[in-house]
Amino acid sequence: MLSLPTNNLFAVRKELAPRSRLMVTIMSFLLPITLWCLVSYVPFLWHPKVEITAPGDVGYFREGMLVDREVFDAEKEKLSLTQGILPEGNRANPVYLPAPHKVVEAFYTSFTTEPRRRSEKWLHESLWDSIQVIFWGFLISSLFGVPLGILAGTYDFFSRLFEPFIEFFRYLPAPAFGALAVAILGIHHAPKIAIIVIGTFFQQVLVIANTTRKLDKSLLEAAQTLGAKKRSLLFRVVIPGVLPDLYRDMRILLGWAWTYLIVAELIGTSSGITWFITQQARYKNFDNVFAAIIMIGIIGLVVDLLLAYFGRRLFSWQKSSNS
Amino acid sequence: MNKEITYLDQSDTVKDRFTRLKKRPVTLNVKGLGKTFATPQGGQVTALKNIDFTVHRREFVCVIGPSGCGKSTLIRILAGLETPSTGEILLNGEPVSGPCPDRGMVFQGYTLFPWLTVKRNVMFGLLESGRSKVTAEEEALQWIDLVGLSQFAESYPHQLSGGMKQRVAIARALANQPKILLMDEPYGALDAQTRAKMQQYLMEIWQNIDITVLFITHDLDEAIYLADRILVLKANPGEVNELIEVPVPQPRSPDQFLSPEFLATKKRLEELIHPPEKNEEKIETDQLNMVRMVSVNDEVQSVF
Repeated sequence: MLSLPTNNLFAVRKELAPRSRLMVTIMSFLLPITLWCLVSYVPFLWHPKVEITAPGDVGYFREGMLVDREVFDAEKEKLSLTQGILPEGNRANPVYLPAPHKVVEAFYTSFTTEPRRRSEKWLHESLWDSIQVIFWGFLISSLFGVPLGILAGTYDFFSRLFEPFIEFFRYLPAPAFGALAVAILGIHHAPKIAIIVIGTFFQQVLVIANTTRKLDKSLLEAAQTLGAKKRSLLFRVVIPGVLPDLYRDMRILLGWAWTYLIVAELIGTSSGITWFITQQARYKNFDNVFAAIIMIGIIGLVVDLLLAYFGRRLFSWQKSSNS
Repeated sequence: MNKEITYLDQSDTVKDRFTRLKKRPVTLNVKGLGKTFATPQGGQVTALKNIDFTVHRREFVCVIGPSGCGKSTLIRILAGLETPSTGEILLNGEPVSGPCPDRGMVFQGYTLFPWLTVKRNVMFGLLESGRSKVTAEEEALQWIDLVGLSQFAESYPHQLSGGMKQRVAIARALANQPKILLMDEPYGALDAQTRAKMQQYLMEIWQNIDITVLFITHDLDEAIYLADRILVLKANPGEVNELIEVPVPQPRSPDQFLSPEFLATKKRLEELIHPPEKNEEKIETDQLNMVRMVSVNDEVQSVF
């Protein structure tokens, strides 16, 4: 049933047939998951630890404890010389690599488990916090970044005015402003939003300026011969002309904003999904940690797919490239 | 047998038509136009030098010349997209500078706004001129009808063929009712069949509305078929070589492609654009360096 015509799979710059395309897309998720399953469920593949089921005569072994295999074997050998009760155990993976089914379970249980302390937040509250920080950070950045980018891409004057400084500033790592942001904006959401703004804004201006510059110059010339003057060149040609590319840039930039989220949330009072992850790691609930990390990925992917869908609806005048 | 006719021999009707044509008011007057570009190496290149010509009202003038003669620079200066280094341009007696809708332009690359429907593309200039949306739409639909694309009024440019796109571009330029229509190799990207059809359409439009056309092309047949007069440029620097009055009688039809006047004009154009080389040695550098590359035992030994 999985009969992929292999000779057609590796044609240079040719689109795959729809069936193969779907298959390969599924494979791109299936491959890492299979690898993870193999490492988790096939005992002799890795499993460097031993989970103690019966401590025997070893003084410091406790039931459920994870010890290195070498240590376990050494203790066993020692005891076999002195005729003591041998410890028993099963081979296991380290605590930081939970099995897939544990993580799947954690997807549900992490939402239903009550926080350990009353002051702590439920997972959905943490996620909501994170989404708010991203939303406001990206919105504020875009509110300034998009107009500045379009101006810089349209007028040489603004390009020369903004871009040299921004070019310099974007090399300053956003997290470096953490302490400053906290000093100025307090310890709650504001400094986190500020970090995302700093991380996104400068890239945004440059990326959008570049996109704007890529607009076919002959469209501007045609508009001029049709009587368009400065303002209408900008509002009736440049902006509608770059809108689809600009939209695509925004999708990529939103992805970058997510990467700043984790650093941003560590600033001031730790909060959001990052707080959840660090807290769960502290409790050694690595299944929850994995679940939380995957959740970020899923949220990102779903948002991006939604935006891509809306983009296709919005810019239906574009030559459809892949449908 | 008659003596062979040359491009200078005009029949009485043609002669009469040119006399009347030259009595028409002057639409475009180009005086001493020149353009020099600075090269990145710090030198200067003269693209155009001392261009003088006049175009009369409702005349169709083609500009032709070898590549690098500055045809495109000339039309871009006329459209106001580039500034001349010397000389001036008078449109109906008034000096012009900068782009303006009274000089409509049709580009080789269509340059339709891809985010606007055909109707909205044609409305673009009308709205810019301050017309209300309702009037602009009405007028736009008339122009679209003129180029025969009524049923595509709501289509987007990417749904149209090359020839259709160029018709929209023509309608869009004409909608502003320019005093002169500048066309920069508009059919250069079209296949031969579409091109022939487009030439026919353009002739019909030109015959029926009050429009003066300046048309750039590198296709000799196209120039002779369309033009009242042909401005032949020469390269390095771009100068006027000759202004030819096409002796083929109007109105034109494709049957005339083999008429003696047509062939005589074409012969003259070919002489002007590909002058016979005087220096024989020069040719050798521009030849293929061929040796026989067919195996001795090949089934097909020769193509003859």
